[in-house]
Amino acid sequence: MLSYFFRRLFFVVFVVWGVTFATFFIANVVPIDPAIAALGDNAREEQIREFRERYGLDKPIWQQYLIYMGRLLSGDLGNSLRTQRPVVEDLKEFFPATLELSVAAFLVTLLLGVPAGILAALQQNKATDVTVRILALIGGATPVFFLAVLLQYVLARQLDLLPVQGRLDGFTFPPPRLTGLMGLDALLARDWAAFVDSLRHLVLPAFVLGLFSAAILARMTRATMLEVLSQDYIRTARAKGVPGRGVIFRHALKNASLPVLTLLGGLLGGLLSGAVLTETIFSWPGIGRYVTQSATSLDFPAVMGVTLLVGLVYALINLIVDLLYAFLDPRIRYA
Amino acid sequence: MAAVVPAGRPSRPLRRFLRNPGGLIGLFLLVLLVLVALLAPVIAPDPISQNIAQRLQPPSAEHWLGTDQLGRDVWARVAHGAGISLRVGFGVVILAVLIGVAVGLLAGTLGGGWDNLLMRVTDIFFAFPSLILAMAIAAALGPNLNNTIIAVALVSWPIYARLVRANVLALREREFVEAARALGSSQGRLMLRHLLPNTLTPVFVQASFDVGGAILTAAGLSFIGFGAQPPTPEWGAMVSETRSYIAEAIWAPTAPAMGILLTVLAFNLLGDALRDVLDPRGRD
Repeated sequence: MLSYFFRRLFFVVFVVWGVTFATFFIANVVPIDPAIAALGDNAREEQIREFRERYGLDKPIWQQYLIYMGRLLSGDLGNSLRTQRPVVEDLKEFFPATLELSVAAFLVTLLLGVPAGILAALQQNKATDVTVRILALIGGATPVFFLAVLLQYVLARQLDLLPVQGRLDGFTFPPPRLTGLMGLDALLARDWAAFVDSLRHLVLPAFVLGLFSAAILARMTRATMLEVLSQDYIRTARAKGVPGRGVIFRHALKNASLPVLTLLGGLLGGLLSGAVLTETIFSWPGIGRYVTQSATSLDFPAVMGVTLLVGLVYALINLIVDLLYAFLDPRIRYA
Repeated sequence: MAAVVPAGRPSRPLRRFLRNPGGLIGLFLLVLLVLVALLAPVIAPDPISQNIAQRLQPPSAEHWLGTDQLGRDVWARVAHGAGISLRVGFGVVILAVLIGVAVGLLAGTLGGGWDNLLMRVTDIFFAFPSLILAMAIAAALGPNLNNTIIAVALVSWPIYARLVRANVLALREREFVEAARALGSSQGRLMLRHLLPNTLTPVFVQASFDVGGAILTAAGLSFIGFGAQPPTPEWGAMVSETRSYIAEAIWAPTAPAMGILLTVLAFNLLGDALRDVLDPRGRD
């Protein structure tokens, strides 16, 4: 088990290194000269030369990569050309908002997807099943950005049920920042008004972001449940007189959870991607909106920072899923 | 994963497909879409020409799906957008399949150090959240439709590499491959004549799903400004341009969004049906 853990950990390190390599490469095939992008078209010759020297852009590319990696290992991601601040500081500021949104969306995914899938499998080919399947098909084909725009319009602007932008109302005083997770910070400060307000702001973006993955999860859960329910040991359990509910919860669900678990890592990663669109539309101050704004202004240190952070988070999620899998399924423990 | 095409009369998969309602709906939608895309210049007016006097008009006999904030005919833009979406979807998947199949085939056949190297590279690309990487690539290359295709393809190929490699590893142990090798078949011939044809079925099934996914990702990229640029009638860009007018003209963002939804739905239904018909293991 321990050697398995270390092999997986090594793999994470390797993948993250690969991500640095890839992002560095992408940032350096930019046809636009970063010096001119930062200084403007009218920059004088010596200004450009000085800029290149200051940022090491006059050195050969492999040296630039080594310098970049050296800085990276000491926790320096460079400075954002747009915000004029260290990228690390920007990420610290914006990542908690994305984490909050992704976790909430993940809850939406689980709470909608798993019960819908189980229900559909138990009622195979009946009305419930058909409804779930059709909804899942539509949910998996709906563009997230349109759903966001539409719900913003209907639920928020027409019915005035929910706020559509940001994490708090303009007149709500934000709680002191401890974790960066607005709801948690409000709770820690015992500020109930801010807590409720932050939840109200979270509902719509989390629902929009979670719906697509919920649709995929419902399909997967249904298919897996159907497969498990047709297995011999289920028939044996039934024949032995285990009551229906016991069969489903104790025998079927436990075995169906394994293949679903492998999907969850990918879904969580998909949420991070979807967050780019959702955050942009809901003016949610997370790294998704940050990376969009940075990429628009060709701020490559910032884009590389976000890509690296997301790659790291993604690799860690997959590590956790792999370990959980090995823990739950003894057959692959030492594989 | 032994996904050799099951033996049987060749007409059986077709007959099974024809009995699959989801697949038929998907096929119908796809045919409709291709027809709209091909006939757009005939059945719809100019998608670019503006008429400010006619802005934000509701659907009517003259403007079937109304007009947008610049007085452009929404139906014209949706119809011309069909071809763009299909081109993006197929372009991405063809490119991704070419890269992925080549990598997977080489890794599976050569084995050893090559296998390790190629699959670790695949893992790295697999570890990237697709939209963020595609955005970085699109920003670096410059935002336009062809670069969107390249960007999305670059994040879509790893699944094919894994699929093909897993199949090749399973196939290598089979008698016909051993026989071919014993008869002195060269490595290249073995790959192209024996291994490749037997891995195409799962690749084909996966590809039919991915066309829809690629269209969604590309539309998302265009929505945030990293894909097709105005005035191109690309569906994602259209939703983005018209979203602030949703209160006055709900048809303007809804029509292109329905285009995306129906197209993705068509490919997902086709993918489901093809998997049921061609890959007997994945069936319910």
